[in-house]
Amino acid sequence: MKLTRALTVAGALTLAGVLALAPDAALAQTTLRVVMHSDLKILDPIWTTAYIVRNHGYMIYDTLFAMDAKGDIHPQMVDKHEVSADKLTYTMSLRDGLLWHDGQPVTAEDCVASIKRWAAKDSMGQKMVAFVKEFQVVNPKSFKIVLKEPTGLVLPALGKPSSNVPFMMPKRVAETDPNTQISDTIGSGPFIFKKDEWKPGDKVVYVRNPNYKPRAGAPSWMAGGKVVKVDRVEWRAIPDHQTAINALLAGEIDYIEAPPHDLLPVLKKDPNVRLVRLNQLGGQYTFRFNTLHKPFDNAKVRQAVWYAFNQEDFLKAVVGDPQYYTLCKAMFVCGTPLESTKGMEGLLESNFEKSKALLREAGYDGTPIVLLHSTDLVVLANLAPVAKNLLEKGGFKVDMQSMDWQTLVARRAKKDPPDKGGWHAFLTSWTAADILTPVMAGFFNAGCDKAMFGWPCDKEIESLRDQYARETNPAKLKAIAEALQVRVTQYPTHIHLGQWYVPQAVRKNVTGMIEAPVTVFWNVEKKGN
Amino acid sequence: MYGYIARRLLSTIPVMGVVAIVVFSLLRLTTGDPAAIIAGDSATSQDVADIRTKLGLDRPIVQQFAIWIASVLRGDLGESFFFKKKVTALIAERIEPTLALATCTIILAVSLAVPLGVLAAWRRGTWIDRTVMGFSVLGFSVPVFVIGYALIYVFAIYLSWLPVQGYQRLRDGFAGFIERLILPSITLAVILMALIARITRASVLEVLNADHVRTARAKGLNELAVLGRHALRNAAVPIVTVIGIAVALLIGGVVVTESVYAIPGLGRLTVDAVLARDYPTVQAVILLFSAVYVVINLLVDLTYTLLDPRIRY
Repeated sequence: MKLTRALTVAGALTLAGVLALAPDAALAQTTLRVVMHSDLKILDPIWTTAYIVRNHGYMIYDTLFAMDAKGDIHPQMVDKHEVSADKLTYTMSLRDGLLWHDGQPVTAEDCVASIKRWAAKDSMGQKMVAFVKEFQVVNPKSFKIVLKEPTGLVLPALGKPSSNVPFMMPKRVAETDPNTQISDTIGSGPFIFKKDEWKPGDKVVYVRNPNYKPRAGAPSWMAGGKVVKVDRVEWRAIPDHQTAINALLAGEIDYIEAPPHDLLPVLKKDPNVRLVRLNQLGGQYTFRFNTLHKPFDNAKVRQAVWYAFNQEDFLKAVVGDPQYYTLCKAMFVCGTPLESTKGMEGLLESNFEKSKALLREAGYDGTPIVLLHSTDLVVLANLAPVAKNLLEKGGFKVDMQSMDWQTLVARRAKKDPPDKGGWHAFLTSWTAADILTPVMAGFFNAGCDKAMFGWPCDKEIESLRDQYARETNPAKLKAIAEALQVRVTQYPTHIHLGQWYVPQAVRKNVTGMIEAPVTVFWNVEKKGN
Repeated sequence: MYGYIARRLLSTIPVMGVVAIVVFSLLRLTTGDPAAIIAGDSATSQDVADIRTKLGLDRPIVQQFAIWIASVLRGDLGESFFFKKKVTALIAERIEPTLALATCTIILAVSLAVPLGVLAAWRRGTWIDRTVMGFSVLGFSVPVFVIGYALIYVFAIYLSWLPVQGYQRLRDGFAGFIERLILPSITLAVILMALIARITRASVLEVLNADHVRTARAKGLNELAVLGRHALRNAAVPIVTVIGIAVALLIGGVVVTESVYAIPGLGRLTVDAVLARDYPTVQAVILLFSAVYVVINLLVDLTYTLLDPRIRY
């Protein structure tokens, strides 16, 4: 009797245990588990330019136009668009069947409100709306953008691939003050944000949007058909790189967006993991001048840096493996329509004698260059020591000050003299997709107080950027970009230090990742769960 | 007794006040600007200034402190700069993993370290004693993250017995909950075990030479009863004290352990908030940790009266 009871209890416990360990029926769906480069804390891709928020935007929102792998702009939410003969009126009609996640139709009013909010924040958007006379809503599905004078900026701005991306939002959301964060996550994009499952610091959950109607055609960069092939995407927050890699090796996650270069050999050894390079343009390392203070207020002193630096030393120190970097003298990125080496002859070759000669000519008095060194981001940490070494060889005195990136971010915004908490220079990296044209690339802005930190002030550069904004002929656009590149060698705003790439680490059962400058999850398939 | 508890609780008010001032001041003295971090890399100076105004960071520091302390006194710990959520809600979301980890760790550490310490004292000078003390030195010397990575490599990667990372809430299944806590708890328990075992050994050793223990042995009691009833009970006050200290160590340890095992608890919240200069969140979490520490000390003091009838408040 006792034995029977014991067996019954043991059986019940075993069953309970099995049930506890059995996968939940809901998990039978295909779930892609991803470790992104950062945790998602902010939900408004217009309010901030942070890349993780941009990536979140691509999950839940859609765009009117989008850029393909060739750099061409294609309609995305837009079905048809026409440009008047005088190039002053753009008429855009939306595709049929576009719905917000709450089931309401996407209207022209929504789009106009979205463009206005985006343009209030984005530098390219600001440039574009400076040409706009008015937005006219023609009917629920079409609207017009009427210009004061012709510009080639309208479509490139509306199809710009990186921060801030002109995502379309419902009118009630888009009417939020651009300086106030939105918390509404209703979009019309291929995924729906599961706000109830969002746990900052733990995970972000998206599910397939069953009502999304992809465009016809294959996906290419941010353009084309956004066909979702998984039921659910989870962005897991694993800030420790080693833990993320261990989790990938153990099959607990499927994908790491940005594994550090020094851990790639560990991943290469595992037969269940493959490394794929999806962002073919990669990023561009950049040395930024603060032009407000002596000695970098003197363009000739800044020119000396062009001669002191060479790209390879930086790339070797940070990336190491030549498979993941490219020497590239084109400021508007190699592999793009504006690629050019004009004006770069003899520069970036570590000609220290020339650098010293320029410093003598400029009357450099040995004022130490306050160089900000960020120590906590692996992809940036080794740049400043290389810069210090090359600058010193080129005749500069350097005071390299180490700090975490967030401190550097705060400090670079200060205009104070370097010996009173300001700075002379720092190094960063741009996603190449952010710097493809003179209007997009923020460091080319030489509008004095309106420019980004560093505050360069040059009428010739600004004139060339304005010409670029007005021009529509591709050949002339390239000529203007080249002239600008030459001008920046004479009036240096920043120095580009080569292109670099991060492969993404994916389990072998995951396929269909799209080559693009932004990590996106349409077209991705996963076998098994 | 009740008067003593009331006095002790009242005395926490100035302590928490000092903690509030120190934490607030330290955060403002730390370099970094939450507005610049929120604005992102492509933001202009004007964008950053606008955000700073929105967050109230452009006001004088004294005014910022007055506003914060007034809302804390009303029970409002403020809103996170980044998550746009009430800090109390953030803490509520994150407290379960940390509590679970801390509880498992303490249970594991005490249940293993106390018997080991008693054993080492009882067998003083033998290989058992040397092994326990050797382990203790090792536990003190090896950093928490090294223990964590070593355990992950052996038990999660090589043997595939346990998951590498993550946390499962208790309501989502006990098996997954406990499975994910095993490695982090062991990682965190090692240093606590080292501490508790050493103190237990020293304390029991002292009592083992006392007259009442000799009398107990002379009465013919077996060694288990001598150690458990007569030696350990009388050696318990320092052991309870060190367990209280261990809880303080635990607070520091969860920060590292939660990062290594990607556990979304208060430790991770603290790290994320410090890195992002999320002042309201850091201030609230540190106030909470300080309050926990004060209460634990009070509980330890009260436990003395249960263990030693000679102690009265």
